[in-house]
Amino acid sequence: MSETPAQISALIVEKLLANPKVPRDINGGSRIVEDLAFDSLAVMNFVMEIEDTLDVSVPLDRLADIRTIDDLANCIATLKSGQ
Amino acid sequence: MTLFAKFDGLAQAIDQLRADGGRNPFGVVIERPVSSTVGVIEGRETLLFGTNNYLGLSQYAPSIEAAAAAARSMGVGTTGSRIANGTFGLHRELEQRIAAFFRRRDAMVFSTGYQANLGTISTLAGKDDYLLLDADSHASIYDGSRLGYAQVVRFRHNDPDDLHKRLRRLDGTPGAKLVVVEGIYSMMGDIAPMAEFAAVKRETGAWLLADEAHSVGVIGEHGRGVAERDGVEADIDFVVGTFSKSLGTVGGYCVSDHPEMDLLRLCSRPYMFTASLPPEIIAATMAALVELEHRPELRTALMGNAQRLHSGLVRAGLTTGPAVSPVVAVVLDDVAQAVAYWNRLLDLGVYVNLSLPPATPNQNPLLRSSVMATHTPAQIDTAVEAFAQAARDVGVLPA
Repeated sequence: MSETPAQISALIVEKLLANPKVPRDINGGSRIVEDLAFDSLAVMNFVMEIEDTLDVSVPLDRLADIRTIDDLANCIATLKSGQ
Repeated sequence: MTLFAKFDGLAQAIDQLRADGGRNPFGVVIERPVSSTVGVIEGRETLLFGTNNYLGLSQYAPSIEAAAAAARSMGVGTTGSRIANGTFGLHRELEQRIAAFFRRRDAMVFSTGYQANLGTISTLAGKDDYLLLDADSHASIYDGSRLGYAQVVRFRHNDPDDLHKRLRRLDGTPGAKLVVVEGIYSMMGDIAPMAEFAAVKRETGAWLLADEAHSVGVIGEHGRGVAERDGVEADIDFVVGTFSKSLGTVGGYCVSDHPEMDLLRLCSRPYMFTASLPPEIIAATMAALVELEHRPELRTALMGNAQRLHSGLVRAGLTTGPAVSPVVAVVLDDVAQAVAYWNRLLDLGVYVNLSLPPATPNQNPLLRSSVMATHTPAQIDTAVEAFAQAARDVGVLPA
C-alpha cells in the first residue's frame, strides 16, 4: 500500500489529536515544535509512533529539515517510495 | 537579537527552579569529600547518594598513593594528544590491563567516558551506515551519532523485538548496521536484556556495541558487566566504558577483538584532538582495577545495599523503577514538586541527583540516587527515612 502525502498528513493529524494535550486546531501546516509545543524528545517519540503505524523508519537526520506536519508527511512518502 | 536570546527560555526555567526551592540544583558544590559516602555541602556533612562512585574507590588509599607516586615520577600532565606526544608507557600499560580484564584483543583509552562513546560511535558508523540506538540512550551516544553523520534509527527502550522489526525494515539497504545498547541505564537503573539483543544481532548480521559504563564493576561474576552476566560477551563487538564510576577516577575506553581497532586511533577525532589522560589518573585507575578484580565481595556488598535502598523506598510508599540495581530512582510527576523534594532532602542532609525531562524517560522528573559498596546499612536507613520525611513535607506522600 502506498499512501499519498495528503493521506499521511491526515493520518498524522488524527494521531496527534488522540493526545488531549495537543491543540485542537492543528492542520498540515502546523509547526511541530512551535505550534504543538513538543520538545526534542517528544518529537522523536511521536515520530516513532508514526513509524510503526506506517511501517517505515525515519532516520533522525531527516528530522532536522522537518518543520511542519506536511513536511513530515512528504518525508515519509518519499521514504516509503524508496527514493 | 543577541547571541544569547535563544537561552531566554532556559534562563526563565532556571529562575523558576530557584523560586521553587531556593537552590540551583545544577550548581551544588561539594566543598570537600570526607569519605566516599560523606561530603561537606553548604558547610554541613551530607550523605552522598548521587555520585556513581559505586565501589567507593574515589577515596581508595592505594589509588591515592599510586597517583601521588606517578605525579612525583612523571609529572601531572602529558600536554599532548595520544597521536602526538601524549602516549606514555603508562597509557599502553593501562590499555593492556583493560584489554586483559575484558579478555579482549585490544583496548583504546580516551580522556573521558563521554569521549569514548563520541570517539567510538562517530568513527565506526559513517554517513553511509545506520546506527540503531535505544531510545533512552545517553547523550554521549546521540552526540556520537551526530559527529559521524550516520543515519540514526531509534528503537523502543530495552525492546529487542522492536529492534528486530526496525532492522528488518532496513533489509536490503546498503551500509553497515551498528546497534548501541547500555548495560545499566543511568537514569532509572534498568538493565538491558543483553542475551535477547545478542540474539537479534546474530540473526540479522548487525554489529553490537554495549556501553557498560554503569555496569562494569557492578554486575557479572568478574565485574565485566551485563554481557558477562548473561553469557553473551562473544556477541558484543565493542564494549565502551568509563573509569569515572566504579573505578573512581576519570577516562573512558573501548575494547574489542576486531583487529582493525588500531585504525580507529588514526581517525577518531575525540581520541586524536584532545590531551591524553595524565599519569596520576592512569596510576590511580590501575590500582583501582586491581581492587575491582580481586575483591568480588565489593559487588556483593553493593548489590546488597542496592536491595536495601530499593526495598526501603518501596516500603515507604514511593514509586521507583522495577529493577534492583545501584541506580535507584524515585519517579515523580511534577517538576515543581520534584525540585521542592530534592531541596528538602538536601536540607535533611542527603544529596541525590535531580533529573528533569527531557533528560529522563517518559517525561517524568526523577530523584536519582546511587548506592555504594561502602555505604553502611545505617547510612542507607537514614537516607530512606529522609526520603520518606521529605516526601511527607512536600506532599509527595500524605503527611
